[in-house]
Amino acid sequence: MGAFTMPSLGADMDRGTVVEWRVAPGDRVSRGDIIAVVDTEKSTVEVEVFESGVVEELLVPVGEEVEVGTPLATIASGEAIQPLPAPSPPAASPPAASAAPPPTPSSPPSRSPAPSPPPPSASPVPVRAHVVSPLVRHLAEELGVDAEALPASGPGGVVTRADVVAAARLGLGVPPATQPSGPGAPPPPPAAPAPPSAARPVGRPRRARVPSDGARVVASPYARRRAAEAGVELCDLAGTGPGGAVLARDVPATPSVSVTGVGAATPAAAAAPSASEPASAPLRRGPEALRASVAALMARSKREIPHYYLRTTIDLGLVRSWLDRVNVDRPPGDRVVPAAVLCWATARAAATNRGLNGHWVDDGFRPASGVQLGVAVSLRGGGLLAPVIPDADTLDADELMRRLRDLTERARHGGLKASEMADPSITVTNLGDTGVEEVYGVIYPPQVAMVGFGKVVERAWVVTDRIEVRPVVTVTLAADHRATNGHEGARLLATIDRLLQDPEEPWSATEPPTSS
Amino acid sequence: MRTTYRDAMRAALRQALADDPRVFLMGEDVGRYGGCFAVSLGLLEEFGPERVRDTPLSESAFVGAGVGAAMAGMRPIVEIMTVNFSLLALDQIVNNAATILHMSGGQFNVPLVIRMTTGAGRQLAAQHSHSLEGWYAHVPGLRVLAPATVEDARGMLAPALADPDPVIIFEHGSLYAMEGDLPDDTRPVELDHAAVRRPGRDLTLVTYGGCLPKVLAAADALSAEGVEAEVIDLRTLRPLDDDTLAESVARTHRAVVVDEGWRTGGLSAEVAARISEQCFWDLDAPVGRVGSAEVPIPYAKHMEEAALPQVDDVVAAALEAVS
Repeated sequence: MGAFTMPSLGADMDRGTVVEWRVAPGDRVSRGDIIAVVDTEKSTVEVEVFESGVVEELLVPVGEEVEVGTPLATIASGEAIQPLPAPSPPAASPPAASAAPPPTPSSPPSRSPAPSPPPPSASPVPVRAHVVSPLVRHLAEELGVDAEALPASGPGGVVTRADVVAAARLGLGVPPATQPSGPGAPPPPPAAPAPPSAARPVGRPRRARVPSDGARVVASPYARRRAAEAGVELCDLAGTGPGGAVLARDVPATPSVSVTGVGAATPAAAAAPSASEPASAPLRRGPEALRASVAALMARSKREIPHYYLRTTIDLGLVRSWLDRVNVDRPPGDRVVPAAVLCWATARAAATNRGLNGHWVDDGFRPASGVQLGVAVSLRGGGLLAPVIPDADTLDADELMRRLRDLTERARHGGLKASEMADPSITVTNLGDTGVEEVYGVIYPPQVAMVGFGKVVERAWVVTDRIEVRPVVTVTLAADHRATNGHEGARLLATIDRLLQDPEEPWSATEPPTSS
Repeated sequence: MRTTYRDAMRAALRQALADDPRVFLMGEDVGRYGGCFAVSLGLLEEFGPERVRDTPLSESAFVGAGVGAAMAGMRPIVEIMTVNFSLLALDQIVNNAATILHMSGGQFNVPLVIRMTTGAGRQLAAQHSHSLEGWYAHVPGLRVLAPATVEDARGMLAPALADPDPVIIFEHGSLYAMEGDLPDDTRPVELDHAAVRRPGRDLTLVTYGGCLPKVLAAADALSAEGVEAEVIDLRTLRPLDDDTLAESVARTHRAVVVDEGWRTGGLSAEVAARISEQCFWDLDAPVGRVGSAEVPIPYAKHMEEAALPQVDDVVAAALEAVS
């Protein structure tokens, strides 16, 4: 059995609100299903479940704001869900007194003497009775936690010490009366040296999600710690150790490319506020909160990143005439606009200019694998999001157009999935539709580059010694001088230009230009 | 100065006898014969039979005499031929030397130094070849030393004699002929810290005593394969230097413990447990161990070699840890 917890949809997110449950207790779910819609202070995100099984209990009602990591629902996995009736003696018959029943064969014996009988009937009637050993029960009492109401992670549904401690830390399962008491027994300190992350408590690896088959992820302790620090889930990582164990080297150095999107997503995302800059953004939702997080991130960007800027003007004549031919037979919904081709060229160029595609972390540049193309999307009310098109360098222009249209639509209507909020490796911003001809971006930390496109305009242009009227676009690059020099930035823009002079290329084979 | 481990040990004995009239050496064949491993050769002639005393073949008797002499104010150095025979004196060492300070409420110290050889590799068969130092490292009240270099052979005796409590020095039999450089101005070494004998970044090899040369050779071989191993020489087996271990493993994230003891209940188990306790969240691989085969050490050369940890075994365990 597993707990479905409030996901972190950005490194700066500490709390979220379930605005909609799409499942009810008893529903069968499979890994990847959207089971809830979560409202962060910046956006409304559909959240996937990472475990297959049956929804047992919804622990958090719609509208209640909870911290990241708080269990939202319990999911009974595979074998545990075999209908209730027979093999659950502790639940069915309370043999109240001393004659505690021996552990059933189906449930491995807990280390403690005997499963305690369930409590009279006071607590919020869990679907299955929990087995709580006397020691754990004692600890729960000390910490002011209602052990019966906790999700149990032990074998056979045993509530473990870790469950109690985790719940105490989260302030969970506490009967209202006893909550504030906590008789001087704070939860034990984290076993590991707590990394200095202000974003969320990761001193000890959070209880990890388990893969869909319910098996435990085999990972070294160091890898677990690194994953917790990076905010990635172990079961999303491919282990290269013995027997497929996840080792530290398998954990990405930055909170990037995690398909769960735990890494970072929105403008404010990637940046866990540094120690000197506590997350002061008020925990209020709505436009003010979004504005505040954009403000914090952009201020940090300009404070920390030595930007340099390059500009070039690119002739889109060939692209435009090609597009005219391609689009002529298509219904409006399928037509490709120049913006998609510009994104396509940027993604391809980023793949070959790797110094601009990645993250500046811990005083060093870490190139990303593949191009996770962030697309700045402005929202009504002044909001700004940069959802990601994963592996954009492998897509052709048609596919990019489709993704772009879909992503923009859903970003503006609050339907983004967590996996689309992952950390981009480079971002494009296009203000062409507003009529401006140039935009100089502010880099989203920890990325190191932002490419800006202005409006496509008709200009008198010299083409092989003749003046022609051509559609041209001004492309700018804002880049982090710590990671690259102007020379490399110039190569990126030159690559974009070159790609746009071969208009058939965007529809050709989708093999990425470099191995990634 | 170029010298051998044996000569360095003898120089240390000579200096101790010369510096302090309370110091005397006793044991089987330490005088007229010059010591079973020729460590005390010439000292009888130099210091006389009062200071360098041959004893009857009764470990219990002469170790007990050493305990009594120490309690009475002397600074005895007792040599036991090998650790195997020290079992005959176990009662004196564990029940008396190690406990008297505590049982007398702090009234009596036992400033005794016991030297003994340990280890295999010289075809001396099971009753002369075992590595039982881990047993002594189990006992509170003792300090247990394992000099693995010429410098430690020269430098550890003086601080051991200065210790008001019993100290056991384990000299691995295969080290006596080892040559090394000794600074001319030899001074006592400190006994509280393990030594990093070779810095590295990829894993930590923890060892002591007779295995140190093998582990350093293994580290060279690993380096040729691109694995930079850090080699820690424990030097003092009790009390263990947790800080040096933890600092190293926190950096390298992998550890392999190498010693000549049996793994079951051995010193390597203690070291591995401490690493797991202190560095759990830094470990990227299980703590590995290389020890002797769990058999009495065989006499036949090829079988003895097969039973003992060898350079290739260390390399293999290290590569597994970093795989």
